Amino acid sequence: MTTPTIAGGRTNDFVLRFANVNGTGSASANNLIMKSIFRMGVPVTGKNYFPSNIQGLPTWYEIRASKEGYLARGDAVDVLVAMNVETYARDVKDVVPGGYLIYDSTWPRSTLLSRDDITVMGIPFARLCNENFDGVRNRILMKNICYAGAMAALLNIDYEVIRTLVTEQYAAKPKLVDANMKAIELGYTYAKTHLTCPLPLTVAPMDATKGQILIDGNTAAGLGCVYAGATVGAWYPITPSTSLMDAFRGFCERYRVDPDTQERKFIVLQAEDELAAIGMVIGASWNGARAFTPTSGPGISLMNEFIGLAYYAEVPAVLFDVQRVGPSTGMPTRTQQCDVLLCAYASHGDTRHVLLFPANPHECFEMAPVAFDLAERLQTPVFVLSDLDIGMNDWMVPELTWNAEYVPDRGKILNKDEIDALPKFHRYLDKDGDGIPYRTLPGVSAKGAYFTRGSGHNKLGAYTEDSAEYQDVVDRLTHKFNTAKKLVPPAILTGDGRASIGLLSYGSADGAIQESLDQLASAGLTVDYLRVRAFPFGPEVESFIDQHDVTYVVEQNRDGQLRSLLILETMADKRKLIPVLHYDGLPMTARFVTEAVLAHRESTAARPHANARGA
Amino acid sequence: MTSIAKPKIAHPSLPKNELGLTRRDYEGGMSTLCAGCGHDSTTAAIVEAAWGLSLRPQELVKLSGIGCSSKTTAYFVGGAHGFNSVHGRMPSIATGANAANRQLNYIGISGDGDSLSIGLGQLAHAIRRNLNMLYIIENNGVYGLTKGQFSAAADIGTKSKKGEANLQTPIDPVLLALTLGASFVARGFSGDKQQLVPLIQAGLRHPGFAIIDVLSPCVTFNDHEGSTKSYQYTRDHYHPAVAADFVPKAMAIEVDYADSAVVPLHDGSQLRLRKIDPTFDTSDRAAAYTYLDAKLQEGEHVTGLIHVSSGADHELHAQNKTTSRPLNALPYAELNPGPAALSKLMARYR
Repeated sequence: MTTPTIAGGRTNDFVLRFANVNGTGSASANNLIMKSIFRMGVPVTGKNYFPSNIQGLPTWYEIRASKEGYLARGDAVDVLVAMNVETYARDVKDVVPGGYLIYDSTWPRSTLLSRDDITVMGIPFARLCNENFDGVRNRILMKNICYAGAMAALLNIDYEVIRTLVTEQYAAKPKLVDANMKAIELGYTYAKTHLTCPLPLTVAPMDATKGQILIDGNTAAGLGCVYAGATVGAWYPITPSTSLMDAFRGFCERYRVDPDTQERKFIVLQAEDELAAIGMVIGASWNGARAFTPTSGPGISLMNEFIGLAYYAEVPAVLFDVQRVGPSTGMPTRTQQCDVLLCAYASHGDTRHVLLFPANPHECFEMAPVAFDLAERLQTPVFVLSDLDIGMNDWMVPELTWNAEYVPDRGKILNKDEIDALPKFHRYLDKDGDGIPYRTLPGVSAKGAYFTRGSGHNKLGAYTEDSAEYQDVVDRLTHKFNTAKKLVPPAILTGDGRASIGLLSYGSADGAIQESLDQLASAGLTVDYLRVRAFPFGPEVESFIDQHDVTYVVEQNRDGQLRSLLILETMADKRKLIPVLHYDGLPMTARFVTEAVLAHRESTAARPHANARGA
Repeated sequence: MTSIAKPKIAHPSLPKNELGLTRRDYEGGMSTLCAGCGHDSTTAAIVEAAWGLSLRPQELVKLSGIGCSSKTTAYFVGGAHGFNSVHGRMPSIATGANAANRQLNYIGISGDGDSLSIGLGQLAHAIRRNLNMLYIIENNGVYGLTKGQFSAAADIGTKSKKGEANLQTPIDPVLLALTLGASFVARGFSGDKQQLVPLIQAGLRHPGFAIIDVLSPCVTFNDHEGSTKSYQYTRDHYHPAVAADFVPKAMAIEVDYADSAVVPLHDGSQLRLRKIDPTFDTSDRAAAYTYLDAKLQEGEHVTGLIHVSSGADHELHAQNKTTSRPLNALPYAELNPGPAALSKLMARYR
């Protein structure tokens, strides 16, 4: 588990952090560096730590190169580029012993905060750009691109790869290619001339990114909605889900606009609030379109009333909850998995909902059609629980592919002939014994007309206040939820299932856990890992807990929400479920998981069933 | 929306519309509202209007929120799908439904509580979106199901059944709709079917958001001395400014009064207005507002067609340039970019 020191030299295994001021265009520079490393065949991940602000506040971007292909956040900063004077003191502290700090030395400082155990290097980025570029805004932007050039020299990043990327990015604006390359050249040459290049941390070409892409989960989910055949998107802007609808709209404009007539085969409705957004989704789904809304925790809170209606009146709806830190407004630009219970039981009265837990952008794409299929098959709301880490950060994942054989499962919708063949249509009859009734769409046949209501109704669809009739319907809804267990994606087991210790987790925690499994193995601990991908839980989840002496439930919230759900919804012995909880708003690291498990192993030598919390 | 099925006995001599349907074919379940409720008259006017337009029942979609008025969607056109949603949120359901299929006729029934308090935001934004629907507010100034609280439409000084006076200013849905840019604004009185039926027909045909505020007295909680929404008070104070006749496109206009105006509607049909007040101009939003406000100061509610302007050019789907085919009917093959496009797109992320 110990990271090799830098002095001995490390290749394709380091963490870079860029401390910037938001609104200065640093994202282009950071992306350029990350993508250059990726193009050299080296696995990378990028994590953006940004403020809830448009301009002027501190923002950090972290790039981890990992020859092992680990996708989690790194746990130490090897090289820090301190472009923000405001955070300099803090940034100095964050560098790992033996690490490097680069700062803008344009303005000589009489005393420079430093440390004996790190190397501090000055590059006059501002001066270089001021001498070579005109205009205040341009100089600020180029200052960031300039450090990308310096990084190329310091880390041995292939200069031609950078040039190719810049040329691709500004294909439509050749002038920008020249300007950007000039800034890169300035940084590169300065570093080569004045500093010892390369550092002991270097990038060397590998062949580990073939067939892989760098994509964020919101983009992938928006694209997934296009491929799933969604035509109606309704939303109210909220961080960190906004880019999901931006992506959907962008892809629709590319793929769904008639080139001759400019007519659109989609509609994006910007609602007045989340209450209206989910109402629009329900109205559109009720009327036979595939409709969805992207939102985050505060939006789900507002949608609760309508979610109950959709559950009880049995209307499909797809919701993407890109989770952020709560409660209340919380920390809108930080990540958590804190809406599990909120979504599982959303709305008043007895309700239970289908949840999907994508672990990365690839699954965001793949689970989009699954969500629509389930929502229409089950005639109920389906929640895709992504989070800010998956949604807004670039992850390395296998290229997205599409199965040409895919046919959307529109569920039990009767067409005109089927309606006409019936003696009489009844909306809520369970004809097939799976708890799922048949529905009809407006406009098809007067004979198929029915009245949708959130008030008490009997199995025929008529209003009722009769106790037995009411119970009959809500009991069928439970039966339908049991049917859902057979339809949702099963949990995925890593390991042979014979270890005595289990790790159970879901969603974005996967990256850290995959890495932690190797760390635990190095520490001599063999564990099985079950990644839950949906609620309701399939039988494999309960079996896993039963078959292990102890199961660590790893999640990114304070209260162990998935653990609570396991206790409520399975017969598993809760004393065997040990919470490992990370909830500071930053993505979890492998080291956190490993240390929590190992600390608990040690403590249980004396005290079985002790809590791993706070380890 | 408690309702009881009505016995279906149609007399062979009942008049039939173009589709060969009688008025009975446009009825719904039996109303469970109080005897004499203004809402039932509005329901009857809707039945008459839909029959008169020869609407195919399945091509009508009925939407509502919560409240006495919202129950009434169960009482007309049983052959149409109905959606009784949640309190104050019908406009969003209507927006989604209309987004999915722009070719059906959408009628929303709401009340003054449902629209002007809990649902004011959604109503306002449905108007902004110029959603193609007819939105009827059955306005009685009072909460019925929860037994007699004032609504936001209650006039200053009006008294509750318990004798308490309302001190807060009312929200007038007609003035509100004019301000927000609604392209079809009317007011009717549930007791004046002759005026109401053509307004409903025109509202259904209007290619944009049409709102009709129907004064609809509550016989149980707001029909007493001292109430400004009672039958008696309404009869004494409602002021028809314009009488409207709806002329389907197939029918010729036979009479053209000197004091009348003909408003062509999108589908080729026409609305013939007979002006009771010769100074009234339905195309002038600002003048209509001033006129209504002045009459309101005199304690009179102006009824009739108050404002109509072109709706088609900025109706929701026109804004979006949505294909004319219903989105819910587009074949999947037209929606799915396919594996090759995805493979090509991947270059962007390498």
